[in-house]
Amino acid sequence: MPVMTLAQALNNALKEQMRKDDRIIVLGEDVGKRGGVFLVTEGLLEEFGSERVIDTPLSEAAIFGVAAGMAMYGLKPVAEVQFFDFAFGGFDQIVSQIAKIRYRSGGQFKASLIIRGPVAGGIRGGMYHSQHPESYYIHTAGLKVIVPSFPYDAKGLLISALKADDPIIFMEPKSIYRTVKQEVPEGEYMVPIGKANVVRKGEDVTIITYGAMVHKSLEAAEQIEKEKGIGVEVIDLRTLLPLDIDTILTSVKKTGRVIIVHEAPKTLGFGAEIAAIIAEKAIYNLNGPILRVCGADTPFPLVHDQYYIPTVTRIKKAIIKLMSY
Amino acid sequence: MSFLQILNENGEANEALLKSINLTNEDFLKMYRYMLITRVLDGWLLKLQRMGKVAIHAPNEGEEAVAVGTAYAARPEDWFFPTYRELGILITRGMSIREILCRWLANKEDVLKGHEFAIYGKKELHIVPTTTPISVHLPSAVGFAHAAKLRKDKIVVLAYLSDGATSKGDFHEACNWAGVFKVPIVFICRNNQYAISLHVSKQTASETLAIKAVAYGIKGMRVDGNDIIAVYKSAKEAIEMARNYEPVFIEYLTYRLGSHTTADDPKRYRSYEEVEFWRQKDPIKRLRTFLISRGIITEQEDISIRKEIETMVEDEVRKALEIPPPPIEVIFEDVYSDIPWNLKEEMEEIIEDFKGS
Repeated sequence: MPVMTLAQALNNALKEQMRKDDRIIVLGEDVGKRGGVFLVTEGLLEEFGSERVIDTPLSEAAIFGVAAGMAMYGLKPVAEVQFFDFAFGGFDQIVSQIAKIRYRSGGQFKASLIIRGPVAGGIRGGMYHSQHPESYYIHTAGLKVIVPSFPYDAKGLLISALKADDPIIFMEPKSIYRTVKQEVPEGEYMVPIGKANVVRKGEDVTIITYGAMVHKSLEAAEQIEKEKGIGVEVIDLRTLLPLDIDTILTSVKKTGRVIIVHEAPKTLGFGAEIAAIIAEKAIYNLNGPILRVCGADTPFPLVHDQYYIPTVTRIKKAIIKLMSY
Repeated sequence: MSFLQILNENGEANEALLKSINLTNEDFLKMYRYMLITRVLDGWLLKLQRMGKVAIHAPNEGEEAVAVGTAYAARPEDWFFPTYRELGILITRGMSIREILCRWLANKEDVLKGHEFAIYGKKELHIVPTTTPISVHLPSAVGFAHAAKLRKDKIVVLAYLSDGATSKGDFHEACNWAGVFKVPIVFICRNNQYAISLHVSKQTASETLAIKAVAYGIKGMRVDGNDIIAVYKSAKEAIEMARNYEPVFIEYLTYRLGSHTTADDPKRYRSYEEVEFWRQKDPIKRLRTFLISRGIITEQEDISIRKEIETMVEDEVRKALEIPPPPIEVIFEDVYSDIPWNLKEEMEEIIEDFKGS
């Protein structure tokens, strides 16, 4: 089985599915000749031609709006946003058009499409190449939101997204595009949307996380087990909306201790919602407060960015604090 | 840029131009009828809003020729992305009065399930319901046309907007894309001179709106929007150009005689004299003069046509008012292709509250 990076797994999914389904259109800035700035669409133009792999004008509103129109016509557009930090120029298209056309039309029309692109910090990208803006999309009814953290899942989730009926925001943590490698099968397989994955078993603490923070959390869990003998269970959400509440509650009821880790700013970050749901449904199962280890409520800084993003040390400190209750 | 007019304000035709159009007396009568139905229905929708039955309505009075004339010029296979002020498209495309009323009343028969006001769309009639935020629908109209071109389907998209929309980025981004990829689209800009209270002269420093087309490398036209024959002729030409992948932008100069919506009071920003000046250029009055002066109908026939339409619409209103609202569950339908657990929980809570009330 070939070993792939996350970027290669996504490229592989697109390539294979485009061969099978001629409704799939890839469009975005520099996705053709350049192969995308992170090379996720590399080689697609050469194989599928400029009608299906479209180098677009520099216009996020047009990329998203045109994709919506194509989807309403019956095609399956995969719109790349060069960085999710740039998506705000087309945000109205996502919020007012893409997310609402099914509702607005009483189910007659739908924008079944994917908007995919890089999120997250860790590449010295400054404030406009590093944000993790999932909350805006989760807060918009009509969208489903996916953040993969492993190459295997990335391919399987992208294939599921290509077969899904809803508009999907597919966020790819750029810091792990090439750092995480895994065996990835050739050919079609699906990782279901809305299903979390317990990536590490443990009895004492549950960490709920997603994206690049899955890897930091796993590292923290390994270290703390060796150092203190604390058993940490790590849940990789994979899909943020719809949220896999069953997997979360099963784990919370077992450990009674919850830490949520994400890169996005803390206030009104997705951790706040997860904490509220756990409080509503399982507060009597808890042995301590729900803790959050998150990015700060500041714009993403260029300097000291490694400390803005949750560190292994910060996660470990939270584990120790929670075990003291 | 030249300005196309065939029927002047007095209903007198430019004979040479008139001969160049392939329209029969029957066509003229049909368009007249569609405009009349639009106006009568528009009046009822206003009344129904005042009665508290309709949430909001954007009056069409004075602008009927643009919607009816352009829709009449399209082929059945063509597609429409209207705004919220193009009732005439629905009528010309054959939507029943009952259906339109049920839509505005957001009752049990409403195809859009009461999810939004003042807009309409129906897949079978090739009409896509618009976004209320201005110009947001335009990039999608372009994408729809782009998809048709990729699929080699020879359809044309008619994308409607008003003068205010030309100030927005989405308009620019849509026109730019249409020019770059040569998609089969006609932008139909109803320059009714007002975006709520703001006059078009404050909307842009451009001499005309049509001139904006030049920068996008697409054809621009400027037409009297109160002259339905000129509207038809220009739309017909533009639609067939677009079918051959030459996108077109048409500015139709017209005037919004009524308020922006039922929540607006135009007396605060424009004079009675100005409105009366434009009332003299009314598109329905103009076509009526043309029809009577050429003996296509008599004054007596005109009176009975109008009476018949008034009675017919009133009957439909009475019937539509008896239809009950949709069930509470509709508010949770069509958000996603399925209903996730969180919506199910919220639905239970709200249904219980609804049943208790």
